[in-house]
Amino acid sequence: MKSKSIRVDTLARVEGEGALHIKIKENSVVDVKLEIYEPPRFFEAFLRGRSFREAPDITARICGICHIAYQTSAIHAMERALGVEVHPQVRALRRLIYCGEWIESHALHIFMLHGPDFLGFQDAIALAKEKPELVKMALGLKKLGNDIVTLIGGREIHSINLRLGGFYRMPTRSDLQPLVDRLKWARDAAVESVKITGGLEFPEFERDYEFLALKHDNEYAITEGYLATNRGLAIDINDYEKHFAEEHVEHSNALHSIHKGKGTYFVGPLARYNLNYDQLPSIAKEAAESVKLGSFVRNPFKGIVVRAVELLFAFDESLRLIEEYEPAPKPFVDCEPKAAVGCGATEAPRGLLYHRYKIDDAGLIQDAKIVPPTSQNLRTIEEDLWQFVPPRISLPTEQLTWVCEQAVRNYDPCISCATHFLKLKIENV
Amino acid sequence: MFEPERAEVVVIGVGNEFRSDDGLGISVAKRLRERLEADIEVVIASGEGAELIDLWQGKKLAVVIDAISSGGNAGSLYWIDATQESLPASLRLFSTHKFGVGEAIEMSRAILSLPERLIVCGIEGKNFSFGDCLSAEVAEASKLLEQRLSDYLGGEGFTR
Repeated sequence: MKSKSIRVDTLARVEGEGALHIKIKENSVVDVKLEIYEPPRFFEAFLRGRSFREAPDITARICGICHIAYQTSAIHAMERALGVEVHPQVRALRRLIYCGEWIESHALHIFMLHGPDFLGFQDAIALAKEKPELVKMALGLKKLGNDIVTLIGGREIHSINLRLGGFYRMPTRSDLQPLVDRLKWARDAAVESVKITGGLEFPEFERDYEFLALKHDNEYAITEGYLATNRGLAIDINDYEKHFAEEHVEHSNALHSIHKGKGTYFVGPLARYNLNYDQLPSIAKEAAESVKLGSFVRNPFKGIVVRAVELLFAFDESLRLIEEYEPAPKPFVDCEPKAAVGCGATEAPRGLLYHRYKIDDAGLIQDAKIVPPTSQNLRTIEEDLWQFVPPRISLPTEQLTWVCEQAVRNYDPCISCATHFLKLKIENV
Repeated sequence: MFEPERAEVVVIGVGNEFRSDDGLGISVAKRLRERLEADIEVVIASGEGAELIDLWQGKKLAVVIDAISSGGNAGSLYWIDATQESLPASLRLFSTHKFGVGEAIEMSRAILSLPERLIVCGIEGKNFSFGDCLSAEVAEASKLLEQRLSDYLGGEGFTR
């Protein structure tokens, strides 16, 4: 095969800075590296010596998209360390604001970041010119997510209302009521979104992944549960590090996670859907069935449909939570420090987000560990490309580059979280 | 003649006031809020695209004030009628969002939701690191911009 070199200096529509480098030699892929050159951000180091009460607000700054996930994982880790039980309505309100974050993130990813790949548009603006009504709908969905987060969290990004033990202030029932009619519209629009995404064309590509997600006995897990995989693992969150480890690799400033003694694994919407399908509300299952999605999805490109199903779930769940909502008698319970270790895990839009803290008697953080979803998926993305490229090696360079970028975006990678622009290079050597 | 009612006008200060010069849009908007008639809506926004489009759609006039990071001289003033032209590629508005002001304008143009007139006022920033103070050149330019906007929004061309 004639030697050729493909370089895309800027892979757009991902969060953060990195590069993908694929080397092809004589019709074979010889190297795939997702190079994360964004500098390490040292959050775990500068949490040391800070008060246990500060962890949610400090770690929220890791991300401008999934800040509620960071706050909630940190809060749960500290509450588990201190044995704090919160009021059921505090729990419900956390779930509601978390749904707001899922809505914002999923609507952005489906329509602005990933959708253009499938429809052959360079970006969302090009898509908007051809399909203005679709984009108007998407903006309306995303805006509703923003508004849920703002109403409960006090502001759009880096909420100022979440705290250890609960909330600084709980909204009244009437505060939440204006959302109801908009949520009903959005739920209908989300049914349509499942149909739209389900009608896209997907590359033929499936792998036998190990999926990891939170699982809960009574609900589609978002904020609480135990850790489960499709291969039979079921463990308490406290045992996460017994089974999963992060490794340094030379080409990445983000660590790569592995399942010890097993290999790579997959976190995110597909993992949640595959492990928790039964707990989806009937409206979400019916929508999935209408596009013949099945209850177990192994094609990562269909992640866009699964996100649309989760978007529908998030609107439906928000309506249920608002319907059943009553403010707790006290917005928060006091948390007194003691020497302890606590682990927390929640389902960020992109997948499992694990936090562990060790605090001393005064509540000062001695040690912190944060494992974001993208770190857990990085090696899986590389493995996908090792297998995805060979059957397509004869594609014209431009087309091959396009589908490789699309394959990376299946995971909605947030490089800012994992360590910010992704540059893509495909090289024939 | 272009004569919007005051209720059809929105002034949007965009930025992050804890990122030094990125806070200039918020700083100018807050000062304008003190100076302008109460029926002109002045909003502080982070710059997230969906929110911006929601704020300006249906308005006759929207003014967006934001920091610019194009490598030009600190304190340089820009006044662009974005309904007439796209923002020049060289004028990268400083944003922490993937879907920021520039993208929101072009998206809004594509879905026909721009206000009748959208003025983007920018000042070239110098320092975007942590901090809540404007650089001297930017502080000076922001006073000039405040006066110009106050004249523009408080002056003729508006029905009272």
